[in-house]
Amino acid sequence: MTEIAATAAHSMSAAESAAARRLRKRYAAEWRFRAYGVAALIIAALFIVALLSDVVVKSVSAFTQTRVTLDVPVSAETIDPEGKRDPQTLLTADYTALLRDALREKFPTVTSRNDRRALNGLLSSGASEDLQKRVVADPALIGTTVKTTALLSDDADLFVKGRVTAIETEQGTGSATVSGMDGDVTIVSTNKDFADALASVKRSLASQASALLAEADRVADNARSTTGDEKTALDAKIAELRAQVAVLNARFAAAGAPESVDAEEPTTLVKINGGVVRATEISATEIKGTTMVPLTSADAAAAGTWKIETLAVPEASRRVSDQEAVFLSVLSDQGLIAKNFNWSFFSRGDSREPELAGVLGGLVGSLLTMFVTLVLSLPIGVLAAIYLEEFAPKNRWTEFVEVNINNLAAVPSIVFGLLGLAVFLNFFGMPRSAPIVGGLVIALMALPTIIIASRAAIRAVPPSIREAALGVGASHQQAVFHHVLPLAMPGIMTGTIIAMAHSLGETAPLIMIGMVAFVVDIPSGFTQAASVLPVQIFSWADLPEIAFQAKTAAAILVLLVFLFLMNAVAIVLRRRFERRW
Amino acid sequence: MSAQTATKVETATAVPRILGERAPKVTARNVDIYYGEKHAIKSLSVDIPDRAVSAFIGPSGCGKSTFLRSINRMNDTIPSCRVTGDIKVDNKDIYARDLDVVHLRARVGMVFQKPNPFPKSIYENVAYGPRIHGTASGKADMDDIVERSLRRASLWDEVKDRLNSPGTGLSGGQQQRLCIARAIAVNPEVILMDEPCSALDPIATARIEELIDELKQNYCIVIVTHSMQQAARVSQLTAFFHLGILVEVGDTDDIFTKPKDKRTQDYITGRFG
Ligand SMILES: Nc1ncnc2c1ncn2[C@@H]1O[C@H](COP(=O)(O)OP(=O)(O)OP(=O)(O)O)[C@@H](O)[C@H]1O
Ligand SMILES: [Mg+2]
Repeated sequence: MTEIAATAAHSMSAAESAAARRLRKRYAAEWRFRAYGVAALIIAALFIVALLSDVVVKSVSAFTQTRVTLDVPVSAETIDPEGKRDPQTLLTADYTALLRDALREKFPTVTSRNDRRALNGLLSSGASEDLQKRVVADPALIGTTVKTTALLSDDADLFVKGRVTAIETEQGTGSATVSGMDGDVTIVSTNKDFADALASVKRSLASQASALLAEADRVADNARSTTGDEKTALDAKIAELRAQVAVLNARFAAAGAPESVDAEEPTTLVKINGGVVRATEISATEIKGTTMVPLTSADAAAAGTWKIETLAVPEASRRVSDQEAVFLSVLSDQGLIAKNFNWSFFSRGDSREPELAGVLGGLVGSLLTMFVTLVLSLPIGVLAAIYLEEFAPKNRWTEFVEVNINNLAAVPSIVFGLLGLAVFLNFFGMPRSAPIVGGLVIALMALPTIIIASRAAIRAVPPSIREAALGVGASHQQAVFHHVLPLAMPGIMTGTIIAMAHSLGETAPLIMIGMVAFVVDIPSGFTQAASVLPVQIFSWADLPEIAFQAKTAAAILVLLVFLFLMNAVAIVLRRRFERRW
Repeated sequence: MSAQTATKVETATAVPRILGERAPKVTARNVDIYYGEKHAIKSLSVDIPDRAVSAFIGPSGCGKSTFLRSINRMNDTIPSCRVTGDIKVDNKDIYARDLDVVHLRARVGMVFQKPNPFPKSIYENVAYGPRIHGTASGKADMDDIVERSLRRASLWDEVKDRLNSPGTGLSGGQQQRLCIARAIAVNPEVILMDEPCSALDPIATARIEELIDELKQNYCIVIVTHSMQQAARVSQLTAFFHLGILVEVGDTDDIFTKPKDKRTQDYITGRFG
């Protein structure tokens, strides 16, 4: 008796512990599954954050533009030599010349051709637009001096934004004497004010040395597999490189020794007595250099009244020359250069000049294209879905149609582009690069998605609703349009929005039908040449100008905002529809 | 009814007594219904009296719903379903070529097993039928129809203050009464109910049964039910189905007290089904 009870108790506890183990296992499995989910979510979020922050950081500089303030004498000889104030003459007059003259006024000592070209190059080719607009609007300005701001060129703009080179500024701590006011001068400080500049030059020597050394090693690698004359030539080259390295290293090692500076080393500028001197030879307390802007006096400058600027990137490896850098630096010291929000980025079409390029053209092109797409694909898609789901007889023929709709959804978009090219452009002779054609092509692509989503939404409406409607004597069509369709609407909307969002980012088929063309004008109709945002991003990303990198990122940002807005509208619409029930 | 006349009728004609008192509203003769190859109803003939409640009982899958749905041609929505034989409402063949199905369904309303109000307001639920049939002349008339229908479905007092709130927000029993109100709003002559109480608790069931009892003054009601007690309580005529065959039909009292067929007896005493 007791034995039986004991075994029973034993087996009970065994069963219990097995059950407990199973339970623990189940909990562990559940916990693991949740952990995987959270991990997946975190990874996805990280990707998105990385992507977004990269785009945002890169785009920041595209949202500001730099302008220089100038007092421009609007001379009648340049603008309107005949004095008739003919609007056409005023419109086509050379305002750029006025701006250039005004800018030259700021640097009266600049006479050489190269320097003048450098000075003119600071202004954007579209700099005169504001002035032109003002004078055309008010011809009375001719003969007066107009205060205006002129857009800087992309390189100048980047320099001002600090994207070309880092600039380190130091106040002179000693009192400095200058040997002259123009030409080659020597500046001697009572303190070791130039030690930092010297150090940065030495550092640059070291990095040049290591670059040469790497080069020598690479050549040595090549030399190993060669023989004869070739080998001797290479060996000679290696020896030469090694010798250069040794020289550089020796110069680097001699920490206090004076150094000569050329375009391969960081530029050192000294701003003293109203002029600018570029160093050609530096020691800790003294520099020799050439004046870029003549000094106004040869007196000794007290501590704190002069400063040293070091441009970290050597002149040879940047697009802004020392001369241009000095011009900009002087203008900026005079408080004439200002950064402001780049509204024109949103109000201009495309341009080959980065500082003039805007997204409005692409944006309007995208809107027009989307409009055509929506107007075509939504009704056609929804009606096709309703017919297939509700009215079509279930036979081979409709099955064939169904299968092919699903196939179409998987066809690469470039194929649709080719189709559009062959059918709409070549056969129907529709205009190239036009939003109407783009919209047609994209509508073809969006259709399968919309049909599939709509059918799923219609199928998801409970049959009881249909039966209820039929039961009170509604016709099939009434049941569908009064009850099924409104209930399916949120699903249809979701599908449509997904299709539209895809379409908005579609590039390849639009390139096929010529929407990649460089279009400056903002399209004003469905048949005019236009580009779309993603294609514009694609072409900008391809351009060599550095300033376009920021513009590309900014355009991506605009596209994303556009997408978010679309989705927000979709959500609002869906809420609306849902509330009606 | 007096027992004496009842006996007389029964002995005289062997048709249910209730059919002696009430003209048949729906008559079915030699009806066969197929789902593709499946023969769901086999050679069925029955008369259903007007202004009375008829109950269809039988084990699951015996074809009660199938036959019920063929009375307002709801089966048309099932592509594989085929109906042969005669079904007449008011002596008019409802499968005749020139008959308008929509019109038929307005005359023969249906209440389903699961309450299925439209996801719209209570008012809209009731007003939908009259609106599509154009029976109401103006807003006041429509308000009147809605109120009358809700009152007859004994739902008015519970919802009169929230006619614009969604019908799906009501309780299950209320929803089913709303569906009944929706069915009677189009002023049908026949109301088909397929297990209307199967999703409801006893209290809600009792209310619906009361309602059916009231409605039978004016309508021909057919109800499918799995509850013997319900059939016994509300119906005057009971038809017992088994494997697609109408085994026995007669006055409810007779079916439950002295069934003629062994299968009927077994079923109502709970021996199978
Ligand atoms: N749409 C359909 N397609 C094919 N066969 C069907 C369909 N609907 C019902 N059937 C078959 O027809 C027969 C009768 O079904 P029906 O729904 O009429 O039974 P029922 O008596 O209402 O059963 P329950 O009491 O469970 O509702 C069943 O065998 C069922 O499998
Ligand atoms: Mg049934």
